[in-house]
Amino acid sequence: MEIIMSILAGVLFTTGVYNLLQKQMLRIIIGTALISHGAHLFILTMGKLKRGAPPILDDTITNYTDPLPQALILTSIVISFGVTSFLLVLAYRASKENGTDNMDKLRGSEND
Amino acid sequence: MISNLVVLPIVIPLLAAVIAIFLHRKLPIVRIFTQVVIAINLCVVTFVLFYVNQNGTVVLEAGDWVAPFGIVLVGDLLSLSLVLTTNIVAFACSLYAPKSLDEDKEEFYFYTFFLLLITGVSGAFMTGDLFNLFVFFEVLLMASYGLIILGGERVQLRESIKYVLINLFSSMLFVTTVAFLYSVVGTVNMAQIAERVAEDGQSGILTGIAILLFFVFGTKAALFPLYYWLPKPYIVPNPVISALFGALLTKVGIYSILRVFTTIFPHEESVFQFFIWIAALTLIFGTIGALSTNNIKLIIAYNIIPAIGFMLLGIGVFNATGFSGSVYYLIQDMLIKAALFLLVGAISYLAGTSDLRKIHGFIHHYPLLGWLFFISAFVLAGIPPFSGFIGKLLLIQGAFESGEIVVALIGLGASLLILLSVMKIFIRGFWGEKDDSIVPDHKKARGFIIPIAFLLFFNVLLGVGAEWFYPSIESIGNYLLDPTSYIQTVLKE
Repeated sequence: MEIIMSILAGVLFTTGVYNLLQKQMLRIIIGTALISHGAHLFILTMGKLKRGAPPILDDTITNYTDPLPQALILTSIVISFGVTSFLLVLAYRASKENGTDNMDKLRGSEND
Repeated sequence: MISNLVVLPIVIPLLAAVIAIFLHRKLPIVRIFTQVVIAINLCVVTFVLFYVNQNGTVVLEAGDWVAPFGIVLVGDLLSLSLVLTTNIVAFACSLYAPKSLDEDKEEFYFYTFFLLLITGVSGAFMTGDLFNLFVFFEVLLMASYGLIILGGERVQLRESIKYVLINLFSSMLFVTTVAFLYSVVGTVNMAQIAERVAEDGQSGILTGIAILLFFVFGTKAALFPLYYWLPKPYIVPNPVISALFGALLTKVGIYSILRVFTTIFPHEESVFQFFIWIAALTLIFGTIGALSTNNIKLIIAYNIIPAIGFMLLGIGVFNATGFSGSVYYLIQDMLIKAALFLLVGAISYLAGTSDLRKIHGFIHHYPLLGWLFFISAFVLAGIPPFSGFIGKLLLIQGAFESGEIVVALIGLGASLLILLSVMKIFIRGFWGEKDDSIVPDHKKARGFIIPIAFLLFFNVLLGVGAEWFYPSIESIGNYLLDPTSYIQTVLKE
C-alpha cells in the first residue's frame, strides 16, 4: 500500500512540476496545488498507512496508529489552502492590471 | 516559571497584530501603539537575553508536553540575540514607516502585517522543532505576501507573483523533506533528530535529506544558483518593507542552515566542502550583480547576496572561529541592510527617482544623510573600526584555520568590490554639481534620519565595542561546534 501511495505522490509531483513550467498563470497555480497534494500524501504515507487501531497509547496496547503525520498534514493542508486561495486572487489582480496572464510577458525592465 | 518568558517575543507581537486590525483606521493611535509594543518587546527580549547569558539556555515545553513529544521553544544565546536584533530593526522600521508610507497604505493593515512578520521571524529563530520551523516560515511568508503587494501597483503585482511562487514551491519541498526525515528517524524534534543521527551515523539517505534541506533553506536565503528570484521583488514595495525583507527574511534562511547543519548533520565533511564552493560562487555572482546596475535600490538588494555568501563561508569552514564569524556577521548584517535600505529609500524619495544617473550633488542639500550613507558604506564593506570588519576578520581567520585560502581571498576581493558598488552611490549621487531643481525638504529628511541613525548607532557600537560582545559571540561559536550541549539541554538528559 505504501508503495502505491508513494508512486501516486510521485505522479502528483511530476504533473505539478509540468504545470508549474507552463506560461499561463492558472496552470502554474494548478501546478502548485498538485505539488502540495503530493507533499501531503507523502507525509501521510511516511507515517505508515494502516495499522488498524486508533492512536491510543496504553501500557497494554501495542498496536496503534501514529497520530503525528495526521497532525502535520492537517497543519500543512490549512497553510497550502490559504496560500493557494491568496495566489488565485493575486493572479487575478495581476493579470487584470498587467493585461496578460502570460508569464513570458510579465518580465520587467528597470524603468517600468 | 521563567521558561515561559521565551514565548513572550512571539506572543506580544501576535496579540498586538490582532489589536492593530481593529485600530487600522485610527492612524495616530496605531502608529504609537506599534512603536510602544515593539519597544516593550525590545525590553522583554533584552531581559531574557540577559537572563540566559547569566543562567544558561531556557527551554519552554509548550503545554507541558515533554521534549521529544511536544513542541519546544529554545531560548539560547544565538536565537535570543537574533530576536533582539530583529526587534531593533523592527523598532527603527516602526519609526520610519509613518514618514515613508502613504496613509492609505498604512490604513490597509500595514501594522498588522508588520507585527505578524516579527512574530514569524522571532518564532523561526526560537523553535526547536523542524515542523514548527516550517509553520513559522509560513507565518512570516504570509505576512510578507501581504506586505509586498501593499498598494497594488502594476509592477508590484507582477513581481510578487514570482516571489509567492518560488516561496510556495520551496515550502512544499520543505514539508516533503520533513516527511522524509520523519520516516527515517521517526521524530521532528531537532534535538532528538540530532541525537538519533549521531547514534546511527549519517547514512547516505540522511545526507540526501540534508542536501534537500539545504536546497530549501538556500532558496529562502538566496544562495548561488537560487538567488535569481531575490533582487526585483525586494525593490518593488515601499523602502520600509524592503528594509524588513532585506534585513530579516533571507537571514532566517541562513540561520536555519546554521542551526540544522551544526546540530543535526555535522558528520559529513564533503557537505561542508560543498558549502564553501557555493559560498564562493554566491560571493562572486552577488557582487557582479551589485556592480551591474544603476538603480540604487537594486544595488543594495544585490548586496544581500554576497553577505549570505560570507555567512555560508563561516558555516562551511566548520570551526569555532568560523561559526562565531557567521553569527557576528549575521547580527551586524541585519542591522546594516535595514539601515541601507532605509537610506536608499530616503534618497529615492527625496530625489524623486532611484536612477543613479539622474541624482547628483545631494550632499549640498542633505549633508547629514550623505555622511550617514558614507558610514554605512564603510560598515558594509568592513572598514575598521566598524562592525563589518570584525565579522569579516573572524570569517577570514576561520577560513585560514581550515586552510581554505582561495575562498578567503575571494571573500576579500568581494569586499573591495562591494565597497566599490556602494561608494558608486556616494560618489555619483552625493558628490558632483549642486542640483538646483531640488527644493530640500529638511523636515521630511529629519524624519528619515532618526531611525537610520538609530540603526547605525548599533552598528558602530558592535564594531567599536567588539571587546564587550566578543566573549558571548565566541561562546556561541563553541556552543555550535559541539551540539551535545544543545541536545542535552532540550532533552533534559
